[in-house]
Amino acid sequence: MESLELEIAEWRSFVGQAQAVDGRDVEELETHLRDQIADLNAAGLAADEAFLIAVKRLGSLDDLSREFAREHSGRLWRQLVLSGGDEEQAAARRWPEALLFAVAAAVTVQIARLVAGFPSEEPAWLVRNASLFVIPFIAGWFARRRRLTVRQFLLPASAFLAAAIVINVYPYHEEAATDALVAAHLPVVLWFVMAHPYMGGIVRSHERRMDFVRFTGEWCIYYVLIALGGGVLTGLTAAILEPTGVDPELVAEWVLPCGAAGAAIVAAWLVDSKQRVVENMAPVLTMLFTPLFAVMLMGAALAYAVTGLGGAFDRELLGVFDALMVVVLGLVLYGISAREPSPAPGWMDRIQLAAVLSALLLDAMVLASMAARIGDLGFTPNRVAALGLNLVLLVNLGVTAWLSIRFLTRQGSFHRLERWQTTYLPVFALWAAAVVVILPPAFGFA
Amino acid sequence: MQIDKDLVAASATPLVLAILAEGESYGYAILKRVRELSDGELEWTDGMLYPLLHRLHRLGFVTTEWQTPPEGRRRRYYAITDEGHAALAAHKRQWVTVTRALGDVWGGGDMLPLALGGA
Repeated sequence: MESLELEIAEWRSFVGQAQAVDGRDVEELETHLRDQIADLNAAGLAADEAFLIAVKRLGSLDDLSREFAREHSGRLWRQLVLSGGDEEQAAARRWPEALLFAVAAAVTVQIARLVAGFPSEEPAWLVRNASLFVIPFIAGWFARRRRLTVRQFLLPASAFLAAAIVINVYPYHEEAATDALVAAHLPVVLWFVMAHPYMGGIVRSHERRMDFVRFTGEWCIYYVLIALGGGVLTGLTAAILEPTGVDPELVAEWVLPCGAAGAAIVAAWLVDSKQRVVENMAPVLTMLFTPLFAVMLMGAALAYAVTGLGGAFDRELLGVFDALMVVVLGLVLYGISAREPSPAPGWMDRIQLAAVLSALLLDAMVLASMAARIGDLGFTPNRVAALGLNLVLLVNLGVTAWLSIRFLTRQGSFHRLERWQTTYLPVFALWAAAVVVILPPAFGFA
Repeated sequence: MQIDKDLVAASATPLVLAILAEGESYGYAILKRVRELSDGELEWTDGMLYPLLHRLHRLGFVTTEWQTPPEGRRRRYYAITDEGHAALAAHKRQWVTVTRALGDVWGGGDMLPLALGGA
């Protein structure tokens, strides 16, 4: 019997190594194994024979961990990199392809810069089109990576084309507010178009949408890290070149745009292939900042409630609150995507709800006073864009709060909350598209 | 008789839900019940049941709890929820439609409608 215990212990540590199988799963599998062994013993088999048969019946560890990974993709971070070593090596071999796309984006940006004469001149079209020089290349790379057929890629490609046509045929006025709004919203639209090839064309799958949310967050983290490194490199280069008399500005002009464009594709490649290196960044940052934001928001809500909005209430305020809601939504999304789908609500869920409720309260106060004044101030493109985004976020967070409360009071499952977020994603894309396509003509391109 | 892998996979969810509808249970007992119900014809790789149970849990179809019965070892028990019952009903409708269609086209009198008609 002792040797059996030893064998089970060995088996347990072996199974525990599989990344997608966690401690409680091993425990559950172990009780299964012991039940099976006991039954086989009762049927007259010796302990070691029973052990072998029971292990065999559980299935190969590869298959088992693949199934667990498929279900608990959050643990592995993403389900597309499943088969471990082979896949990783294959991904590493694919880097020349990613580099090709990165170089293509860098060259495109450089050509656009030369045509525009940036930075001595700053034509509005350059700023407006900037994201069009980069994101289609990420999309193209994903189309190759996910082996999309040409017909499948026609959809995002025609969306890119339509965006390019729309933003360039509109007759914007000089220094138009709508022009700046389009420049700010177009990257969001294109990013969502890129989601199509990212998800391998299966845009209705909620799991893949969640993967896309994770990808977006990790991409931002990687991009910031690369940008920091790039900043150090450029700074040092400038300092070293100074004695030679080469104008560092000239180097920066040529290198920075290329680097910024190329880094976008490199970051996408890193997230997609090498995510294990910092796979836990987004969840860790969420864990760290959710409580801090909750405290800040509750404090702010209290201050607003006490002092009221009597003080300076300028037009920028709505923009600030949009940014705040986006951050809170980000925390919620990463909280969801990194959460173990366990049944019991934990303290993180409560803190998250506190943050969401405070943000909602603050936003409601700002919206109420805004609504009172919008009659006097009138509608401008900026105000409509800020107000619209605010409403889009308000609806999302309102339902999120409601579903969180139901989950915390055990009237609903956590899955509902996850579903709501993935269902709502297209709304953001539609709103950004509306700002790009409908808002400029609605305000006479002012 | 070797039952096609896809068919085994497709029937797994309704089968597990239906077994849990009989009362709460744990992994090993569910597998034993599957063997019993299918006279050993439906062979699952044992380990695959657990990811499936975890998925049903995530979808809110079952609840789960670690329990230690007075005699016996600590086990993870699963119980069906109202949502699980609803999902099971939906599965039932689908399977009835499929088996009816197959039964009709195969001429009714065969064993298929007999075996599956009551699903």
